[in-house]
Amino acid sequence: MEALISILFHGLAYAMILYIVSVGLSVTMGLMGFVNLAHGVFAMAGGYVTVRLMNAYAVPFGLALLVAFVAVALLSVVLERTLYARLYGAGELEQVLFTIGLIFMSVAIVRYLWGPSPQPVHLPAVLSGQIDLGIRSFPTYRTFLIVVGLLLIALLWLGVERTNFGAQLRAAVDNRRMAESIGIDTRRLFSLAFALGSGLAALGGGLGADILAIYPGYATEYLVYFLMVVAIGGLGSLRGPFVAALLLGFGDTACKYLVPELGAFFVFAAMIGLLLWRPAGLFGRA
Amino acid sequence: MHPIDTLLARHRFRAIELLPWLIAVAVYFVFGDYLPLGSQILIMILFALSLDLVLGYAGIVTLGHSAFFGVGAYAAGIYAAHVSGEPLSGLVLAACAAAVVGWLSGLVVLRTTGLTLLMLTLAVTALLAEAANKAGFITGGADGLQGMDIRPIFGLFRFDLFGRTAYLYCLAVLFLAWLFARRLVHSSFGRSLIGIRENTARMHAIGSPVRRRLLTIYTISAALAGVAGALLAQTTQFVGLTVLGFQRSGEIVIMLVFGGIGRLYGAFVGAGIYMIAQDQLAKLEPAFWYFWIGLLLVLLVMFARGGVLGLIDRILRR
Repeated sequence: MEALISILFHGLAYAMILYIVSVGLSVTMGLMGFVNLAHGVFAMAGGYVTVRLMNAYAVPFGLALLVAFVAVALLSVVLERTLYARLYGAGELEQVLFTIGLIFMSVAIVRYLWGPSPQPVHLPAVLSGQIDLGIRSFPTYRTFLIVVGLLLIALLWLGVERTNFGAQLRAAVDNRRMAESIGIDTRRLFSLAFALGSGLAALGGGLGADILAIYPGYATEYLVYFLMVVAIGGLGSLRGPFVAALLLGFGDTACKYLVPELGAFFVFAAMIGLLLWRPAGLFGRA
Repeated sequence: MHPIDTLLARHRFRAIELLPWLIAVAVYFVFGDYLPLGSQILIMILFALSLDLVLGYAGIVTLGHSAFFGVGAYAAGIYAAHVSGEPLSGLVLAACAAAVVGWLSGLVVLRTTGLTLLMLTLAVTALLAEAANKAGFITGGADGLQGMDIRPIFGLFRFDLFGRTAYLYCLAVLFLAWLFARRLVHSSFGRSLIGIRENTARMHAIGSPVRRRLLTIYTISAALAGVAGALLAQTTQFVGLTVLGFQRSGEIVIMLVFGGIGRLYGAFVGAGIYMIAQDQLAKLEPAFWYFWIGLLLVLLVMFARGGVLGLIDRILRR
């Protein structure tokens, strides 16, 4: 029982990070069909901005996260307008190569600037230690992650389901041509969605810095996890990746907790099996 | 000449196709000190050639080709360390092991397309890397697999300290693999792969067994990649976890694209230039190497999609 609660708790915190980082990728893929392998780079950039601001300039955690969100969203929109946009009509291989190029460059840059080892994370005193939630005490940082994650998700879903921007976005994902012909500017829409998705990834990178270590290998090591969330959830949906992130979060935590000698082996095997059953993902349209 | 004549003459040998082999033999006599690097280049050419069959000809965009390279390397390494140091049987075993893994993973991976396919190729590699990492009692885990004693080839040619035997061994294997691959892509099977790459729906419509064709080429390619991995294990007598890494999968795609995909010789040009440049430049500042490679890749995609051979084609056509 104790173990089960632990697994559920840690798994949930992990799932939040996975979802916040990956959800933007799902929208990018669903909206433009762009295979953006460099999505993890934005999360890594967010993580570095957050951690460096805190460590070197003693900026408070919350403010550092906000700066990371804004800075990475701006950076991503510049990249999107200047480089990504040229490859919208191009083949899958070109998009893959281009984004691998971005990964290699960013890895070299952060390695040059801040060295190969993981960045130490000094959480504010409020977030370290344990918090008593009645049943038992939990690590405060992970409780905070779950709360912030749920808040962000609620905001995101409200934004997509209830605002005009969200309605346009859903229309464009469903049928881009139709959306364009009723006067929705899909290019602008996409730039905005891209910036928002990258900003969220940055936020996820910063928030999760203590779970997914911030180091130059970030963008490649966790890439397969981010892609799994999107592929299993199904492209272009908000709900699918959430379910996928939960599955992955719980599964990965449970495996590492119960059978550490096998590590992530089972998780990968299970995910491959899941896609064998539903190649378009759980909530994807074939 | 009638257009059909060019198509019919495609499989005939041209003089220029001798060039890589002349260079390879010349290297043996002129650059005796660089033979270990030469062997590495030959191995990467073979690896890139195997990738060209799936990526260049069949159009399967994979980022997990190192899975088969790694399986081949580990199969040959474990065989040499625990069973027998006989190299040729090790090669055959590695090819079979990689083919089995290729076939099994192909059954799953090739059911999907696009991002899901990419993710699955990555996941298969990650799964194998995790398995190799955790099964330390047989693979050596993070420390790598050591303790191989490779016996002389045919019981005659001993592997020497200067890498002469290793170089010629790799060259011979590459030559045979190239003959095979060349024959394959010019066969009707190879032509049908190009058809699938260009228009899958149409190939379905004319009754081509698309999925079976893709699975076949995926398995063949996996076997060749496995042979490349086995050569690396046998010539360096070491297998580390990096043989199964994302970096290696990414790099081999880059080498191939740099040379030019779907033209059989892109592997030779790309892997050759990449490996030599890496040897010369990475010594100065290894961290920068990946920056320049990344930049090169972005420029390549923006301005020169055919790679080096594509550029040469364009210049010759003027």
